[in-house]
Order: sequence, then structure tokens, then C-alpha cells
Amino acid sequence: MTVATDDLEALVERASAGVSVDGLRLEEGDDGYRLATPADEWTGLTEDELRDALEANGEYVTNWRYWQETVGGAGTARRAFLRWCERAPLADAEDETASAPWTGDDGPAALAVPDRYDALRDGIDREWGQLAITARFVDVDDPDGERVYDLWHVDDDADLADLEIHDDPRDAREIATYDADGRYRPLKTAPTLPGGWAFTGLSGDDLVETVEFFYPATVANWHRELRGNLDVDHWLETAERQTGIYDVIDELPREAVAWMAEACCVDSQCLRRREWEYEAGDDLDADGGDGPFPCREPCSLVVAAARKWTTLESEEEHTYELELTTSEINQLTELIDAVAEGRTDEIREADVYDGANRYRARYLRAKRFDDEGELEATEVDD
Amino acid sequence: MQALVIAAHGSHLNPDASDPTYAHADTIRETGAFDEVREAFWKEEPHFREVIRTLESDEVFVVPLFISEGYFTEQVIPRELRLDDWDPDKWESDGTSASQATLEAEDVGKTIHYCGPVGTHDAMTDVIVQRAETATGDPDVGDGVGLSVVGHGTDRNENSAKAIEYHSDCIAERDRFDEVKALFMDEEPEVDDVTDYFESDDIVVVPLFIADGYHTQEDIPEDMGLTEDYRLGWDVPSEVDGHRIWYTGAVGTEDLMADVVLERAADAGADIGDAREAVRELAASVAEPEPNAGAGAGD
Repeated sequence: MTVATDDLEALVERASAGVSVDGLRLEEGDDGYRLATPADEWTGLTEDELRDALEANGEYVTNWRYWQETVGGAGTARRAFLRWCERAPLADAEDETASAPWTGDDGPAALAVPDRYDALRDGIDREWGQLAITARFVDVDDPDGERVYDLWHVDDDADLADLEIHDDPRDAREIATYDADGRYRPLKTAPTLPGGWAFTGLSGDDLVETVEFFYPATVANWHRELRGNLDVDHWLETAERQTGIYDVIDELPREAVAWMAEACCVDSQCLRRREWEYEAGDDLDADGGDGPFPCREPCSLVVAAARKWTTLESEEEHTYELELTTSEINQLTELIDAVAEGRTDEIREADVYDGANRYRARYLRAKRFDDEGELEATEVDD
Repeated sequence: MQALVIAAHGSHLNPDASDPTYAHADTIRETGAFDEVREAFWKEEPHFREVIRTLESDEVFVVPLFISEGYFTEQVIPRELRLDDWDPDKWESDGTSASQATLEAEDVGKTIHYCGPVGTHDAMTDVIVQRAETATGDPDVGDGVGLSVVGHGTDRNENSAKAIEYHSDCIAERDRFDEVKALFMDEEPEVDDVTDYFESDDIVVVPLFIADGYHTQEDIPEDMGLTEDYRLGWDVPSEVDGHRIWYTGAVGTEDLMADVVLERAADAGADIGDAREAVRELAASVAEPEPNAGAGAGD
């Protein structure tokens, strides 16, 4: 462990104001310095004795230097996120109110400084949506406490040599714009982030910036949720706030809002976990999903789609009469399901046993559509 | 600490809509004038609704990357930013003179300097002129040339046309171009008849739009008769009714736009040091001729 002279001097200078980070406590009293780590405690130290004791606890000194001098930002989402990345306790001296996000059953436990330092030599891996993040020491053989971060797609377990390497956070914008099929991704938290790239050796600030370009505002809202002050705007609040062409969406019937949530706000479509309901105290039946990021109000895609559904739901229902075989009506079910699940590309050319197969659909159209290209159906008047 | 937020429309359908926002934000990032620079959108992410909470700075300058004062700048953006005490009267504007209003964002307790849109700032006039220079590849363009500033225009909001007319008047007062005319897509006088309004053989057409998209790359070129089908592209210049039309699309993509954003923030009290000079130098260095910029633009 290397403890730079500058770090040591800086820490001794801070003693009079008191230092408390990750179990390291240092203060200056009338009877000399008092130093404590989770394993030891010293009192009445002279300055020379203090230096010796700090030299012997170099991990705590460099850890202090990284968190207090390099990262800083007491109480910020950025700091909390970087601590989460290396499984550090989030409730550090400046932020006693925070509780760890992994206190649930499935997360790994927070690590104390010595264990974390061991782990940072190999790299500590976390997942943030479809992002795999590794926190590690810059210098693995002789760590000075300085951390860097690597970032790539969770599905890319390939060799780094096979990935396109980036170091500018802004490159994330470009990567996040299109899915693997080259289609535009208007929803950044759609589970369609393409792979094939890696950011390596990012500073803490650059890591947070990169993550924010991939998943905007997720760090801020995660931090709010962690601290128990996530502000949720439920459907009706959001809908009633709208003006202009979206003014109408508060007329969408409650049951249609539930269908909309079931259609849009599920894990297969979005990595956010819906926290908004119809209104406070009136929950939607649709499940909010298990996504890692809290969704605190209907997003702009949902608002735009709601406008369409408000128009569609204002139409009256009619009864239609049309001729179909049992297999043909079943085929309609298969077609709708295949489109809804985005499965049409997976249906093999010659798989005529799948009702959503293109030739099966074309056959149905040839047989049941009229000269205007519409389903031959007759509205039955009441 | 001070932060800059560039608030733009964005699109659910067209990934290019946000390109100018990103480009100008990056230019300003390079100057280091702000501790934080953030893009925010109505139709993309981060949404207006969430952007302020992603900032650590207590002083936030919000500059709308919009052309006119109107629905978005007066209603949507302030509402979505949770500027509870906002009232359009705080701008004391006649439709083109909004400067800034200082408010608090209710969810974060930060001071927000809410600026007027880039489109109505005086510096926008320079950007339009620069657009004419880059379109023609002639830094001295003006003599014997007519300039048309083209806006969307709408009967729903009178401010929409005001911004276009304002800059047309400012450019006309400079006596640089032989003729200057404000034209519109959806109201009279219409851009379809552009050649009717000019005697000059050469006409530079600058659409006062933020991003290239349907209007600037499909509607306007076809309406003016530059091309039968936007997908075939058009020449710069194109011959129409005996005139040469120099057209290269949305002025909002011009590099000098970053300077207008900076001026808006500086007018609202941001400390931007010599960032403006840096941006102007950068814009001048890249303002080189683009002889075929329009050809294949619809590809």
C-alpha cells in the first residue's frame, strides 16, 4: 500500500476539523490526536505518532483521499452511485440517513474498507440495467486508492479485444440511439441496448456522466428512492397537467390506463419499475414490473400513446358479422400476439405451422379481404 | 457551481431531431464555462421533468432551443420544470424581447434562470447571416443577392411569425443584401412563391428552424420547386424560375448557435468568461463552403 506524503499531510491537516469516512475517525483534542479504525483505536497521539499510525493503516488513508478529495460531493447522487459501484456502505459520515440498496434479499452485502480493497484489486462488478460496471484500482500491484471504472453491455462476455473501446462519455449517446437492428430507441430504458462496445478506465465523474447518457436521470431517481424521497406523480396528476394536443388524455378511462400500463410499462418493454398508479390510493391491477430504476411518472411515450388511446376509446363498440373458420380466428390471436411480443422476425420463412407466419398471413388476406384490401365484415345493427 | 440546461423538443420518431442540441451542448462543454451542461427534451430523455434533479449546481440557466416565444416556452417548459411561480408576464416581452426570469424549481430548491428562446435573441441575426455565408461558400455574400428568412408560421400563435419578421427587419437594416423577405410555410406570404418576391437572380433561403426534419428537408425544398421529390435531393444552388436558390436547411444546425445559447445565459447573469470568443472562433473555423450540402440531403 502506497501512502503518498501529500495524502498523509492533507489528512493530518484535516484532523482539527474532524474526519470520519468508512470507519476511519480522526480528531484533534487537547490531549493530542485520537484515531480510530474499526479494528483499532489510539488516543493522545503526538503528530509523529499519528503519522506512524496512519502509515500503518494506509488503506484507510488512501480511501479517505479518494472519497473526500477526488470524489467529494457529500450527499450527492453521484457520490452514492460510485459508492454503490464498489459496494461501499452508502451511509457515510455526511449522509447518515441513507440506507443501503442491497439490504434486500438479493443484493450483495456492503464491504468494509479492507475487504473492498482486496476486491478492488480484482475489480468489483455491478449491473445497472443492461450496463455491467467494474470498479477497480488504477494500479493493481501497488494501489494508491485511485479507482477507475469499466463499462460494457451485460451480454458482452467477449474479450475486450472484440469490443469497440471508448473513453468519451458522450459516445454513449450515439450507442444508445439505435438498437441492434439499427432502429431508433426513443425510450432510453427499453431493454434493447446494443452491445459490442466498452468504456475503459473512466474516472468516477466520467462514469456517472456515461451512465446518465445511457439511462438519463436514473441515478438521481435511484438516489431519491434510496433516501425515501422519490416524488411520484400518478397518472391523473400527470394527465391533468397536460395542455395542447395532450389536454384530452385525462379522459382515458381508468380500465384503459391499466391496459396501457400492461402494454407499455412491463419488464419486456422498459427497465423502469412503475411506481405511479392511477392516483394516490387507487392502484392499477397491472404489475409495475421488477425493473431496477424507479419510474416516477408516465413518460413522454406513454403520454403520446395515451392520446391515441383516448381517441380510440371514445369510439362506440359495434357487432360485426364475418366468416372465419375456427383455425382462422385462432390465427388472428396468434398474429396479434406475435406482433405484440415483437416475435415476427423470429418466425421462420417456411414455418407454416405458426399462425403469424408471413405466408399464412398473406393467405388469410388473399382469402378474407375484399377488393378494397379490408376484412370482409358486416356491421350488425342493433 | 453553475449549470446550463439546453431545453429542446426532440422526437420519438426521428433520431436526428436532437443532433443540434447535442452539438451545441458539446461546443459549450468544450469551453468549460459551466460546471455542468445538460440536454433536456420534451420527447426524449432526460425529460424536462427530470433534468434539474440530475444537476449538482445550485444556479441553473435554462435556455430553450426554440425559435419563438409561445406555447412551449411560455407553458410547457416552465410547467414541466416545476417553476411554480412562473407567469409569462415575468418576461415582460412583446413577443420577441424575452430575456430571463429567476425562479425556483419546486422539487429541488435550486435557483433557475429561465431564459428567452434562442430564436428571438439579437445574436440570432448573425447566425442567419452566417448561414447565408456557409450556404453560398462566400463570406462576403450580399451584393446582388436576396435573402429569405423562412418560418413555420401559424394562425394559432402570432409570436411564431414575429421572430421571423424581427430578424428579417434586422438584416434588412444592415443593407448587406439587396432584398430581405420573411416567408412562411403556413401563412402568407408563402415560401412556395419565393421567386415572386425577389428581383435578385440569387436568393439565399434560410429556414428559421432548430433541427432538420420533415419541414426543412422535405416540405420546403419541394414547395419551393428545388426538387420533385425530396428523396432525390437537390442542388445548391438550384435553378427555379430563372433564379438561383441557395438552400441548405435549418439554421439551428449552424455552429454559431452555441454562441446564442451562451449569450442567453450570460444575459441572465451566467459567468461565461471568454467562452463566447472561443465559440465564435470555432464557428468561424468550420464555416467553410459546402458546395453540395443539399444534394442527397434526403437520403
